[in-house]
Amino acid sequence: MPDTDSRLLRLAPEDNVCVAAATLEAGETLTIDGRPATLSQRIATGHKIAARAIAAGEKVIKYGAPIGSATRDIGPGEYVHTYNLKSDYLPTLARGEL
Amino acid sequence: MQGYLRSDGRKGIRNVVAVAYLVECAHHVAKEIAWPLRGRGVHLIGFPGCYPNAYAERMMRQLTTHPNVGAVLLVSLGCESFDRQPLADAIRASGRPVETLVIQQSGGTLRTIEQGRDWVEQALAELEHSPRSDMDVGELVVGTICGGSDATSGLTANPAAGRAFDLLAQEGAACIFEETGELIGCEQFMAQRAATPELGRRIIECVAKASHYYQTLSHSSFAPGNAEGGLTTIEEKSLGAYAKSGRGRICGLIKPGDVPPRGGLYLLDVVPDGEVRFGFPNISDNAEIVELMACGCHVTLFTTGRGSVVGSALAPVIKICANPETYRRMADDMDVDAGRILEGRATLDQVGREIRDLVLEVAAGRPTASERLGHQEFILTYKSFEPIGPGCLPR
Repeated sequence: MPDTDSRLLRLAPEDNVCVAAATLEAGETLTIDGRPATLSQRIATGHKIAARAIAAGEKVIKYGAPIGSATRDIGPGEYVHTYNLKSDYLPTLARGEL
Repeated sequence: MQGYLRSDGRKGIRNVVAVAYLVECAHHVAKEIAWPLRGRGVHLIGFPGCYPNAYAERMMRQLTTHPNVGAVLLVSLGCESFDRQPLADAIRASGRPVETLVIQQSGGTLRTIEQGRDWVEQALAELEHSPRSDMDVGELVVGTICGGSDATSGLTANPAAGRAFDLLAQEGAACIFEETGELIGCEQFMAQRAATPELGRRIIECVAKASHYYQTLSHSSFAPGNAEGGLTTIEEKSLGAYAKSGRGRICGLIKPGDVPPRGGLYLLDVVPDGEVRFGFPNISDNAEIVELMACGCHVTLFTTGRGSVVGSALAPVIKICANPETYRRMADDMDVDAGRILEGRATLDQVGREIRDLVLEVAAGRPTASERLGHQEFILTYKSFEPIGPGCLPR
């Protein structure tokens, strides 16, 4: 199994995202599957980053199950959240969007 | 452990006096009756609506005859549509002391408050002699919900609650998980765990109903704080929430007010049947706790990442904090620090065992954090349900 930073959790082997087990700062370089990735922004505890490249339209997999589809190409180590991932069931609304 | 023995054979882990308003117009009077006595096991519940609703009437019957309730004072304005007589009759038939005060017939606010407090004092004295009897883990009904979820909920507190459910169900307790609107995306996994293929199909139907219901409302069961906590989609929230159910066989699908017939793991379908009416299925976390209590839950496991502070009237709430940073900020409100798992200071199995042990201690009388802080939240709103269909409770 290639090396991954111990502050990242991969919940199932087939997952294409990892979860931050602690808050990670912008500019930090992490190892994911033996490859380095530099964070372009702060990642708070529990938030997700891509474990590998994910193409627009591809399913994002966490807990070994799809949690939605990528809305644009996502690079390895990139933050994954509402701006590049959407539900396959129901839209996610933020404050002030109603 | 010992419980308060009720005439239907169920046993309570608390022995409270419930003061229940039957319309919002009676809420103030009922609250004034209960408030000075709240530290002595007097809890306020009620239904605010003036229009009739079969669900609300059934819920109030189940709640006022909940095993943790020893006596009930009903407070009516007088002109509301709630059918107070059958409710009083059902409570009396259960062997509990009950009194109905009708404000319009009792001389108004002050005189009703005075009469109400006198009656409650009398009931409290009577409850000191309530019969107790030995109670086994297998007689417990335990619910679980999550509220104020963040991305740590599904990593620590929810799977730890699931481990506790596995242990409790093995010991014969009935364990109930719910909020089918937060199981969207998990239906195929759940169906595989159903005791029979037919029950599996019912579970898939019930999640499809939830998905349709929320689609009509154009909003999933997803709060802005969930996204701020790192959750992106309803499926992601669902997969985390689903972990609360543990790994056991699902032996039934019930609806609010249905008491599990025996031990094991049950899914509670909380999304109304029929056309979308009355708005969101459960407008806030306490509406879910109320439905779990109506199914007989003695205690509710409440997992939170963002940091909820709520408790409940009638039945204790055990708060399991998923996020170690939240725990450090809000430790007084929490019973279990499950965020230790994320920091490598405990394993899921250890925290699961700790939750199971705490359930037994709370059942034996230990107050939870929200009980110590005086939390007694309660909310009941309009809904409508058909009875459960065939195959939902296979033997």
